[in-house]
Amino acid sequence: MDIYLPIAGQSVNALFIVVLGFVVGLLSGMFGVGGGFLTTPLLMFYGIPPTVAVASAATQITGASVSGVMVHLRRGGVDTKMGTVMIVGGLIGSLAGAAMFRLLQTSGQVDLVIGLLYVVILGWIGALMLKDSLVSLGYVQKDAPEGPAPRHNRWVASLPLRWRFYASGLYISPVAPLALGFLAGTLTVFLGIGGGFILVPAMIYLLGMPARVVIGTSLFMVLVVSAGTTMVHAMTTRAVDVVLAGLLLVGGVIGAQYGALLALRIKPDLLRFALAIIILLVAIRMLLGLAWRPDEIFSIEYL
Amino acid sequence: MKGRLRPLLIALVAPLLIAADTPVLVPDISARQVEIRYSFTGAQLLLFGAVVYPGGRPPDRPTDIAVVLRGPVQPILVREKKKIAGIWMNADSNRFRSAPSFYAVASSRPIAELIDDRTAAIYELGLRNLQLSPGGGALPEKDRRFEAGLLDLRSREGLYSENPRGVEITDGVLYRAAIRIPSQVPVGTYTAETFLIDRGRVIAAATRDIQIGKAGFERFVALAARRHSFLYGLTCVLLSLLLGWAAAAIFRRRF
Repeated sequence: MDIYLPIAGQSVNALFIVVLGFVVGLLSGMFGVGGGFLTTPLLMFYGIPPTVAVASAATQITGASVSGVMVHLRRGGVDTKMGTVMIVGGLIGSLAGAAMFRLLQTSGQVDLVIGLLYVVILGWIGALMLKDSLVSLGYVQKDAPEGPAPRHNRWVASLPLRWRFYASGLYISPVAPLALGFLAGTLTVFLGIGGGFILVPAMIYLLGMPARVVIGTSLFMVLVVSAGTTMVHAMTTRAVDVVLAGLLLVGGVIGAQYGALLALRIKPDLLRFALAIIILLVAIRMLLGLAWRPDEIFSIEYL
Repeated sequence: MKGRLRPLLIALVAPLLIAADTPVLVPDISARQVEIRYSFTGAQLLLFGAVVYPGGRPPDRPTDIAVVLRGPVQPILVREKKKIAGIWMNADSNRFRSAPSFYAVASSRPIAELIDDRTAAIYELGLRNLQLSPGGGALPEKDRRFEAGLLDLRSREGLYSENPRGVEITDGVLYRAAIRIPSQVPVGTYTAETFLIDRGRVIAAATRDIQIGKAGFERFVALAARRHSFLYGLTCVLLSLLLGWAAAAIFRRRF
């Protein structure tokens, strides 16, 4: 069943997009990430223009994280104060990202930067997760620990102006979550990813937040920032395709529900191992795209 | 009175009589308007018509027909990727001020057999003869490289095409050609040109316009995204919140 996308200006197989949304939703429900890191590259491989793919994926992330946020809010798993600080950073980051995006568009290197960022970030996070999960699954011997790890990161602790975050039980400077939010916001605009898979480890290892509020707070932040990013894209690049986003959402929100159910039945370490493999595969595919001679070395930009 | 008017009448009618010596093309298109709706996957346009010869008699020798369908002209920038430090990235670029967004030519015989290069260039018949107006004062060699790249890219997307045997002529007077437009055609006013070619010369030409535009919901979305971008963005966000919430609500009841 083919359907025409009014903004992308081409017809696509509707069923394919819905299934893509479902698979990504399934993963996002299972792993508690937005899933944008899969949607955007897959849409680009399918032939959707990168800008439209990035912008419409942001809309899908919002929908996929709604139910997660609702569940965590009910359980008290969201540190709203910490979340709000990160959201402020995230919204500033998305505006800054949009400005950089436009600058790169005029210089013609936006595809390259998107590709490189994907390879570096996904490769790095994927490798970290893989090592972590292999250790916890018992396949790899853990490095000998050098005494107990400090509760607070030294850099974070040295920042001035400390606030109390009661839900997280932390007394730290708001500059650290603000900067983290800024980074996630920039990435959302650039790569069409919510940044959940970066936020979660950063919140645990850098900020020292307790695990029970990490997923909820990160989802809360991803929800608001991806909604803000959709607005930024709608008003600057005008590349949000409501039909494409709608198709992705229909599959995505249903997939997210099944994913959440599945996650209860599978060992969490195995889940993390699987996610690491998926992330690394995407990174390798992106790397090949950069290193291989492309089918078409010419590209057209409308003036 | 009557006798004095006759030379005047003859003088008035004379151009018509002379014009009647050359054949006239009567072209038509299967659709004057192409509407892009949700189910649009491209379209097949039939360009057909008749050649009206003076006296109604087609000549003994066969004549040829070429039809061209051309989209609105756009200024574009073509970028070329090169391998730099092991990575393929955009390295060089060239401007073209008047590249047609769509170009399809069909003819009853290969164009090179019909007319010489100069005539083909005048009428822009054939992909090699498009006037792309490269800008920026680049070297001719670079212009040619980018031109070839552009033609290749757009041919692969189905936006540029050449069909050397695409026109079918019946009894020397009726002709028809089918041209396929892909789903990613840009919108705008297209022109369909028909040329009657006899012994290396274009002896008649005619033009028809075709409107290709988004219609209905697709038109509404495209306009809304451009004119009311804030409301459009807000709608997208609300849609995603609503769908996410609805799925959660439904699943909570079931499980």
